[in-house]
Amino acid sequence: MPVITYDKQLYQCADGETVLQCLRRHGVSIPSSCESGVCQTCLMQGIRGKPPALAQQGLKDTLQVQHYFMACVCVPEEEMEVVLAGADITHLLEVEVLGKEPLSDDILRIYLKPAEPFDYKPGQFINLYRPDGLVRSFSLASLPQREEPLELQVRVLPGGRMSTWIQDEMSVGDKLAIKGPVGDCFYVPGKPQQNILLVGTGTGLAPLWGIVRDALDQGHTGQIHLYHGSYTADGLYLVDELRALERAHQNFIYMPCVDEAGAAEAGDATIGRADLVALTAIPDLKSWRIYLCGHPDMVAVMKKKAFLAGASLSDIYADPFVYSATDNASKADS
Amino acid sequence: MTQSLYEKIGGEAAVNAAVDIFYRKVLADDRINKYFEGVDMEKQAAKQKSFLTFAFGGPNNYSGKDMREGHKHLVEKGLNDSHVDAVIEDLGATLKELNVPDELISEVAAIANSVRDDVLNR
Ligand SMILES: Cc1cc2nc3c(=O)[nH]c(=O)nc-3n(C[C@H](O)[C@H](O)[C@H](O)COP(=O)(O)OP(=O)(O)OC[C@H]3O[C@@H](n4cnc5c(N)ncnc54)[C@H](O)[C@@H]3O)c2cc1C
Ligand code: HEM
Repeated sequence: MPVITYDKQLYQCADGETVLQCLRRHGVSIPSSCESGVCQTCLMQGIRGKPPALAQQGLKDTLQVQHYFMACVCVPEEEMEVVLAGADITHLLEVEVLGKEPLSDDILRIYLKPAEPFDYKPGQFINLYRPDGLVRSFSLASLPQREEPLELQVRVLPGGRMSTWIQDEMSVGDKLAIKGPVGDCFYVPGKPQQNILLVGTGTGLAPLWGIVRDALDQGHTGQIHLYHGSYTADGLYLVDELRALERAHQNFIYMPCVDEAGAAEAGDATIGRADLVALTAIPDLKSWRIYLCGHPDMVAVMKKKAFLAGASLSDIYADPFVYSATDNASKADS
Repeated sequence: MTQSLYEKIGGEAAVNAAVDIFYRKVLADDRINKYFEGVDMEKQAAKQKSFLTFAFGGPNNYSGKDMREGHKHLVEKGLNDSHVDAVIEDLGATLKELNVPDELISEVAAIANSVRDDVLNR
């Protein structure tokens, strides 16, 4: 019978025993409720070994590919090392700053080269460590399959500790540490015809830039509609690149949106909030896949609206850019 | 062999088909939506799948005690019979939308009703 490793201890499963039963029999307590593979209270992640498909039934695909499973219905078929869902399974990794260039007045594009191979999905995020230990999360805009260096898009906030440091002090050649990748907001192949709506505000475009290019790279054939929202026209960045992508791919549509206040300089951008403009254009989201990134309020409100507009909850992927509290703590959950 | 209620309704596939519809109804139902406005919609949906599986007579390990404990914090916030009625009504409307025959809907409602006292902690 397979052996389960949990918190550095080895546990021998009995015949037909689930991970939950096995750990419990050995006195390890794992939160659980329905114990029939539905409520997801006992959600765990396999960091070595693959959970059987039955133990992943009903989980979001981005969780499945990261080997999440429900312990109460997981009769392991092979040796596994497991952790509770949400446990930090990443380790610190050194990166070298390869490049830093402006994307707009207050948005910088940063390129990083990891010292070791680093596997991630475009749209996931990393936690970046300043040498004094300050940590902030940044989304990955690059594509690993194209061997691009890690790309971040950072908005410089007035008085922002990490972002002004990145602007004023961090230089090409510097060595920093990151942890990651983290997050469930990325493209999973398998339904190439599904229509996709992406809504991002501000640097919420960073993960979406990765996800859109990843989907196109992987041959997605359904419609891909990207709505990028900004307070002002100046905050719309990568416009030329997105227009070029639009010309290259018939199924990709880019809709820049600018708030009322910035209407005068909006150019060919639509006036209005990106989430509302998208909902007006596509009022019925039944069977669409949705990606929402950026301002936490926009993400929360739009998630509910998209669901009420017909999207299935299992098809909605969200990455709220939750701001850090005023202390040094990092905010890594999504 | 006779089919169980859960099998007649369509098992796990029926739960999956019902959960989005039911959750949408609940969110739109001003009588009860304040109890469901959890920040984490995924977690809420998973709990609702448990509710549906239970009401469909599907596999579960819930005891009356679990039902009491699971709803205690809601009873403290005023959960009463009218809210149970509303939930059962939304459940019935969900199943109707999925073309489940009326006699099966009554059986589902009866299962939900059977734990009313536990849910309301009396
Ligand atoms: C999952 C995740 C992914 C993220 N991805 C990105 C990304 O790709 N690009 C990116 O630029 N940022 C991203 N962020 C936000 C980023 O982690 C930092 O919060 C941000 O860079 C500000 O950090 P700071 O140290 O410069 O500012 P702080 O010193 O932490 O904040 C300074 C002040 O500004 C306020 N503030 C913070 N953010 C904003 C804002 N957006 N608008 C107005 N006021 C604000 C704070 O409340 C605070 O009072 C992400 C956050 C999360 C959680
Ligand atoms: C009619 C009978 C009912 C049954 C059979 C029932 C069943 C359940 C079940 C099985 C769960 C999941 C528990 C878990 O695994 O944690 C649950 C959770 C929940 N129920 Fe009910 N329920 C009923 C009535 C109600 C009513 C009337 C309300 C409110 C109007 C309600 C609100 C909730 C909420 C909010 C949760 C999630 C609690 C949490 O997140 O901790 N339920 N219910």
